[in-house]
Amino acid sequence: MTSMHRSGKARAVPYNRVAKISMAAMLVAACGPDEIVEEFVPPEPVENRHVNILYWQAVSTMNPYLSGGTKEIEAASLVIEPLANYDDNGEMVPVLAAGIPTRENGGVAGDMTTITWKLKQDVVWADGTPFTARDVVFTGEYCLHEEVGCSADASFTDVEGFEALDDHTVRVTFSVAKPVPYGPFVGAVTPIIQAQQFKNCTGLRAPECTTENFGPIGTGPFKVDEFRANDVISFSANERYREPGKPWMKTVTLKGGGDAASSARAVLETGEYDYAWNLQVEPEILEQMLAAGKGEIVMGFGTNVERLVINQTNADSSLGPERRSLLLDGTNPHPFLSDPHVRRALSLAIDRQLLVEAGYGPTGRVTCNIVPAPPIYASTANEGCRTPDPDEAKRLLDEAGWVPGPDGVRAKDGVRLSILYQTSTNSVRQGTQALIKQMWQQIGVETELRNIDGGVFFGGDPASPDTYQKFYADVEMYTSNFQGTDPEFYMAAWVCDEAPGPDNQWLGTNMSRGCSAEFDALVDKLAVTPYGEERFETAKRMNDIVVENHFLIPLIWRASTSARARSLKGVRMNPWDSELWNIEDWHR
Amino acid sequence: MIRYITRRLLFAVPTLIAISFAIFALLDLAPSDPTGQLPLTIPPETRAQIRESLGLDEAFPVRYAKWMEQFFVNEPLNLIERAFDVEIGDSDSRTRVISYATRSPVVDIIAERMPQTLWVVGLSYVVGIMIALPIGIVSAYRQYSWFDQVGTFVSMVGFSVPTFFTGLVAIILFSVMLEWLPSIYDTTHRVTDLASFWVQIKQIIMPVMVLAFYNAAQLSRFMRSSVLDNLNLDYVRTARAKGMRERAVLLVHVLRNSMIPVVTMIALGIPTIFGGAIITEQIFRVNGLGQLLIVAIQGADIPMVQTLTFLFAVLIVGFNLIADVLYGILDPRIRYD
Repeated sequence: MTSMHRSGKARAVPYNRVAKISMAAMLVAACGPDEIVEEFVPPEPVENRHVNILYWQAVSTMNPYLSGGTKEIEAASLVIEPLANYDDNGEMVPVLAAGIPTRENGGVAGDMTTITWKLKQDVVWADGTPFTARDVVFTGEYCLHEEVGCSADASFTDVEGFEALDDHTVRVTFSVAKPVPYGPFVGAVTPIIQAQQFKNCTGLRAPECTTENFGPIGTGPFKVDEFRANDVISFSANERYREPGKPWMKTVTLKGGGDAASSARAVLETGEYDYAWNLQVEPEILEQMLAAGKGEIVMGFGTNVERLVINQTNADSSLGPERRSLLLDGTNPHPFLSDPHVRRALSLAIDRQLLVEAGYGPTGRVTCNIVPAPPIYASTANEGCRTPDPDEAKRLLDEAGWVPGPDGVRAKDGVRLSILYQTSTNSVRQGTQALIKQMWQQIGVETELRNIDGGVFFGGDPASPDTYQKFYADVEMYTSNFQGTDPEFYMAAWVCDEAPGPDNQWLGTNMSRGCSAEFDALVDKLAVTPYGEERFETAKRMNDIVVENHFLIPLIWRASTSARARSLKGVRMNPWDSELWNIEDWHR
Repeated sequence: MIRYITRRLLFAVPTLIAISFAIFALLDLAPSDPTGQLPLTIPPETRAQIRESLGLDEAFPVRYAKWMEQFFVNEPLNLIERAFDVEIGDSDSRTRVISYATRSPVVDIIAERMPQTLWVVGLSYVVGIMIALPIGIVSAYRQYSWFDQVGTFVSMVGFSVPTFFTGLVAIILFSVMLEWLPSIYDTTHRVTDLASFWVQIKQIIMPVMVLAFYNAAQLSRFMRSSVLDNLNLDYVRTARAKGMRERAVLLVHVLRNSMIPVVTMIALGIPTIFGGAIITEQIFRVNGLGQLLIVAIQGADIPMVQTLTFLFAVLIVGFNLIADVLYGILDPRIRYD
């Protein structure tokens, strides 16, 4: 039993078990032959300053620029930090920066083409060397180097250059006006790496620097003791961390592997782990596990929305690759989904509350918007979708001339309302698919379900017919979100020109292939509208256009969901940044 | 014998090259993408750039030739360099097989994973054999006795119930309900004293037993039928007629003869140890070679999958040869020359 108490590296012992062990120890002491009274001192409370974190997807590298995966970004956030990050309310808070530059305080230039960051003084790297503006400039140039294949380069869109004005001032210059210039160095996606450590790792050499990529020197609360790729990472506190007395935890183990349900079990039922990440598990299973009383669910609602994408182009399998699911300037419309009545009817028929209850429980909410948050950007114009109305849906279809045939499936001019509905393989998604199929059946729409392995569906292989970009189906479903708190980049993806096709190597982002001239004009407007009421209203209007046209049908606003042990305090679930953003404050 | 072995080894070379090509071609044809698991917030242009930086835009023969060079020339050279601490040629510019996911040399990760797989899966194999042989022998000797019936039943269950089920049942029983054993294997745990040895036993026992149960079920049936075959043969009757004790008949004569096919089975099964037990490793988070392979497949980490599957192929070809040679040694009637 003593092994369990060996230093901080020991396995976390649930409190009740610790209590049992010390009780047993006391009993043994009490039964000893002599000096019973003197020996009876209450044992020191065991202070467990070790935290065990479980990520069911194992972490592959500690250099997020070479991976881009959420797991890598979050693991690295223990060690390397950005200039500012988002707190659990989506507000920007300075980390390595002394403050947030704005137009008001002069940090952002009047023409919105530069942003000047003032850095905190006296910050040192874990190796004791000072942190300076040089490191920030190096990081930016590291990622923008063409041969790196930097996964964060979207955060550096339109960046023209970086400049260290002095040791503690950095200026980022953009080639166009940036109303929201908080892409570079804000959030866990773009942390600052040490110039000294990575100086020989730029460009083509980046992947060769295994030691550096597995053990970056950082300014964050922890440093890497041991990194085992795709398995486990051991961290210990960075004694040079800038905030005195932090982090409270002395060591951290971040283990990977397994699946979401067994991760939840390790925290909620067996109590072996203190924190488990990203638990998309059916609500009834979670509830069962929660009954053990060892832990609880932590949630944060960010911008994740599970949505249906309605194909506006003809996806008929009899068409060749030169026509199938291609926009072709609007000459290839979908035989029935191009009819707005049909799209509206499909949305009206869906009982979103039922979908939430069946597949998500408390970790999902009904949403009628594709941009559900932050509140300043969330439209209130579409709340009607909360109450399903199959009768109205039937009426709409009747009115548009879609009448039920002998088999109950509606048809018009020989075109049957028969939908191929695809999504990625995932038990919650398949449950949702089955429910929606039933709901559509009730209004006379036939649905064929299909699911594709996530790696293929979301993989952009242009040779594969099964990717979500190819969209060789009528309807598809997945979740997407945006980084940070500004939806400009996210919504710009849905302009008409971005319809995937061979001309853009199927890399287009307007999956529905829906086109609206008003929307496209607003995208251009949003790109130059400064932060403020007009910007919010423009973004909301864009959301409304997409939703009212039913190119995208929002279904469920999904929370980032994790589990924590009851003994672990200070966890503030953050859907806007790394979940482990405030790990220096975690305590027991 | 030597000539036979040499001939077989020479045959193995084209076989293995054909296998490596087949694996590479299959992986290339499979619709997978190393950026497929990235968050959707990463735009497609960035994904294209990442793929390019991985060298995926090069032509198939170029990539295959590169892998061949890295695996058959550079990696062995690197191994020799490290083993003898020497430098052969320009070792800085020699590229190694690099994983897409971790961007680190594949061979290093495999070496890091080897110990836990050998411990857990290897031990389960040994335990499985130790359980299977006695059960098989007794079941055959006392055919249709209650022991045989129970053994048959248990073997059927062990054989037909998958390890993801038995593993889960074991976790729920011993970790959730009884709280005796950890459900997650700690790969960083080091055995330094008696207490830490005890911790190691506690964390290894569930995965080992789950796998051993599965292995034993198969082997014991095989052992049973092999012993049964022998028990009815003339030499057994002769031995008994000579007045040999039953113990000697069974454990010396019958056992030795019936071990011949079983030893082959065991030898052929050894490569699967290195292959890890994908599902069991995943359930108990042993994170050995099996888990490495499955994660690599899911993440389309082609160099990793290619190297691992090829190493398994080498092991299978090698142990097939060993099994054949063992056959000749165990059974003097078999001659290869």
